[in-house]
Amino acid sequence: MMPQTQQAATAAEPYITPDGRKIGGVLMDLRNITLRFGGVTAIKDISFNIREGEIRAIIGPNGAGKSSMMNVMSGFYIPQEGEVWFRGEKRPQMRPYKVARLGLARTFQNIALFDGMSVLDNIMTGRLTMMKSSLLEQALWWGRAEAEENRHREQVEKIIDFLEIQNIRKTPVGRLPYGLKKRVELARALAAEPKLLMLDEPMAGMNVEEKEDMSRFILDVNDEFGTTIALIEHDMGVVMDLSDRVVVMDYGRKIGDGTPDEVRNNQEVIDAYLGVAHD
Amino acid sequence: MLYREAGDFKTSYRDDSQTFPLKLDRWGYYAALAVAFLVIPFVITDYWANSVLVPFLIYAIAALGLNILTGYAGQVSLGSGGFMAVGAYASYKLATAFPEISILIHVLLAGGITAVVGVLFGLPSLRIKGFYLAVATLAAQFFLVWLFNKVPWFYNYSASGQITVPERSFLGWIITGPQTSASAKYLVCLGFAVLLAWVARNLTRGTVGRTWMAIRDMDIAAEIIGVNPLTAKMTAFAVSSFFIGVAGALLFSVYLGAAEASETFGINKSFLVLFMVIIGGLGSIFGSFAGAAFLVLLPVFLKNVLVGSLGWPTDLAAHLELMIVGALIVFFLIVEPHGLAQLWRVTKEKLRLWPFPH
Amino acid sequence: MEQLLYASEVVVNGLMTGVMYALVALGFVLIYKASGVFNYAQGVLALFAALTLIGIQQGQVPFAHLISAVTGMHLDSFGWTVPSLLAILLTALVMVGLAILIEALVLKHLVGQEPIILFMATIGLAYFLEGLGDLMWGASVKSLEVGLPQGLSETVETMTDSLFGYGFFIDRLDIWATIIAAVLVASLVAFSQYTKQGRAMRAVADDHQAALSVGISLRFIWVMVWSIAGFVALVAGIMWGTKSGVQFSLSLIALKALPVLMLGGFTSIPGAIVGGLIIGVGEKLFEFYIGPMVGGATENWFAYVLALLFLVFRPQGLFGERIIERV
Repeated sequence: MMPQTQQAATAAEPYITPDGRKIGGVLMDLRNITLRFGGVTAIKDISFNIREGEIRAIIGPNGAGKSSMMNVMSGFYIPQEGEVWFRGEKRPQMRPYKVARLGLARTFQNIALFDGMSVLDNIMTGRLTMMKSSLLEQALWWGRAEAEENRHREQVEKIIDFLEIQNIRKTPVGRLPYGLKKRVELARALAAEPKLLMLDEPMAGMNVEEKEDMSRFILDVNDEFGTTIALIEHDMGVVMDLSDRVVVMDYGRKIGDGTPDEVRNNQEVIDAYLGVAHD
Repeated sequence: MLYREAGDFKTSYRDDSQTFPLKLDRWGYYAALAVAFLVIPFVITDYWANSVLVPFLIYAIAALGLNILTGYAGQVSLGSGGFMAVGAYASYKLATAFPEISILIHVLLAGGITAVVGVLFGLPSLRIKGFYLAVATLAAQFFLVWLFNKVPWFYNYSASGQITVPERSFLGWIITGPQTSASAKYLVCLGFAVLLAWVARNLTRGTVGRTWMAIRDMDIAAEIIGVNPLTAKMTAFAVSSFFIGVAGALLFSVYLGAAEASETFGINKSFLVLFMVIIGGLGSIFGSFAGAAFLVLLPVFLKNVLVGSLGWPTDLAAHLELMIVGALIVFFLIVEPHGLAQLWRVTKEKLRLWPFPH
Repeated sequence: MEQLLYASEVVVNGLMTGVMYALVALGFVLIYKASGVFNYAQGVLALFAALTLIGIQQGQVPFAHLISAVTGMHLDSFGWTVPSLLAILLTALVMVGLAILIEALVLKHLVGQEPIILFMATIGLAYFLEGLGDLMWGASVKSLEVGLPQGLSETVETMTDSLFGYGFFIDRLDIWATIIAAVLVASLVAFSQYTKQGRAMRAVADDHQAALSVGISLRFIWVMVWSIAGFVALVAGIMWGTKSGVQFSLSLIALKALPVLMLGGFTSIPGAIVGGLIIGVGEKLFEFYIGPMVGGATENWFAYVLALLFLVFRPQGLFGERIIERV
């Protein structure tokens, strides 16, 4: 289907990180993305890629266009220019639910859980795309319906154990405190067994202890399941500790891209964060 | 003390997700079913069947249907009356066109036809939301009622413009027409109500139910995690309309025996069913039954007290009923937006701890 | 030519009806803009206002039926009549009182609830008020007479006759209704644009929290808006009541105002007017041309179906604010 040369151009050599994780070829490649809302340009000609197995961070000051970028990645916003390549193929324009079915799952900056449902049901929604039983089978609780329900319940219970939320399994999500909601949202995204997990400010509004917990979960997810993670974060310290590579955005442009150390020493990045006098 | 879960252990996910996880609840449910099927049919009188039990069961089915759409999938509809009319007229056309087929089959088919019509009028829900949609469903209500009034084919060109049910029987029992016994009416409606409640329960506890609730709670997020809004909303409209269509067919063929679109299925019917859902509890199967029972019993109760005991004129009682229903709706929305079902849950929570609440 | 003249007469009559729709829709828009409440009870408010007006005019004893049922006393009338203008003033006061009660008993307790819950609460309110109106003043069909001119307008007939050789039949009441509605709309727009209360009202509509933080009393604004809506309902009630009698069907005009709003957008006053005119003319023309082919009475549903089709292509209405979705 796709010309061989193109794949060679985008793929990079797999390598093993110092702590023993395997970083593979390019999983998602964003090429020259430009996104406009009316007259406002939220993202200007940005390209970067995400490699299999890595933790990739997108950072930048407020209003830099990070969340818009994630919305482009998850298919909620359709960029005016540019292409999104996923697993070596150009992703055609499609509705967000179809993008999800390609193997993308995400969390949201302002928690988007289903408040009227229990924690268990919320996490089960993460597996909706894998459910196969027909409406009639479900109506009569017959055939595949019950077996499927129990099979997926088992998988979901593993995630519940992993994230240590067993005791709130049957609690309606609306009643949970903020930090736990963030964790349930992560559980829902994990339940989808995504190829690429996108986290939009997973630690926003958390205290130090909760941040440590969340960082541990993110590292564990990456380590144990080998899930590729793209995350947006404000807290520079956390980002530098967690991620393999960092993209820095400012005013919709990309101003830096590389390992945490490279980014830390990039003059443009320092200016964006500390502010610099413009003449 | 007696009502408790301690010691009631679950060892499989199947046990854990059953409808009545507590033993006592389960027994209570079986007992209620046994009474409903084995005792009531033998003691039921015409008065109890016609003014309480049969309308209760039929409206419970309609309320279940609307609850699926509004309570579970979050799409408000004011078109229930129109959809009930589709069920009624469909069952009438089928019963007169194919007299050799059992009317019970026709009732189910009428539900199917209503489902198709419901999906058709549900299509705008993909573009419009909230009360815009609620108002749009009024289009279904007014158009359908007008259609059944104005196109003679639907009422088989009868001079009165009414539809009248032909006499039909099932296993030798007359179940429609003026000769029907109270217990036959009751059993037919009970059978449908129990069957459909079971189906509603199955649908709402599994995958479809979760897609509905996801759309209800946060439609954009639902789509981003992989819910196809088209199928989610259309299945909700289809299933909901199926239930409402069956209720309309039963209302006409078993309960009333004759109907006229604007009289029987006017806008007030839509509101009646909506109120049952609100008072009973949005997103609750038990609530649909509770709400139906409440609004069927209320006028009977008021009539007995105000007209029967106090000797007031009936129109006065009717006005008071309007005020009471209206006030109750507001009261429930303020105090307990989840209706009678939530009150019942809270009571059970308290019972579970009784007599040591701390 | 003949056909065209008939049609233009239909259009003119449709415009007049449209003005009436717009009048009811205006009440909706006001309340929606200021409090985010979609007030289903607006039509019943008009019915209630008209019933109260007649009751006051004729010196009826409120709750006469109830009193006679409870105590056995037969009171029908105080035996006096009240002049129209005074009666209208008193009715307006009753509507203000009603607004205060609604705020204190219903709205106050529903602050911050989802719009759809508020909508359903107003349906409950509509039922309550309908029952209350009947209980207070009796449920019989009444005619309303406040001295508005009625009947065929001869001026228009002779004028059009001399111009086109065909006399238009136009009710004088409709002409007056149009004038009054226009004045009402103009003064409401002026009120909301140029007075302090009007600005506060728009501030509340924009953002409750922000309005509160600069010291605007939410409760006062709500009472004010519901009072204005009550007054608009009174005017609408007088027009419709004079035209076709005061009875339950009067409250159904409220339902007709809903498609008007869907066309015009819930937040736009000009939208309510243009929407009203489109629906008024549209349903009359449709009934005139298509009605005879399909058995008539298409006015029952035309407005809804038109609004429905329209919404599918432009979900925010003609003048409504564009909905931007975000996560």
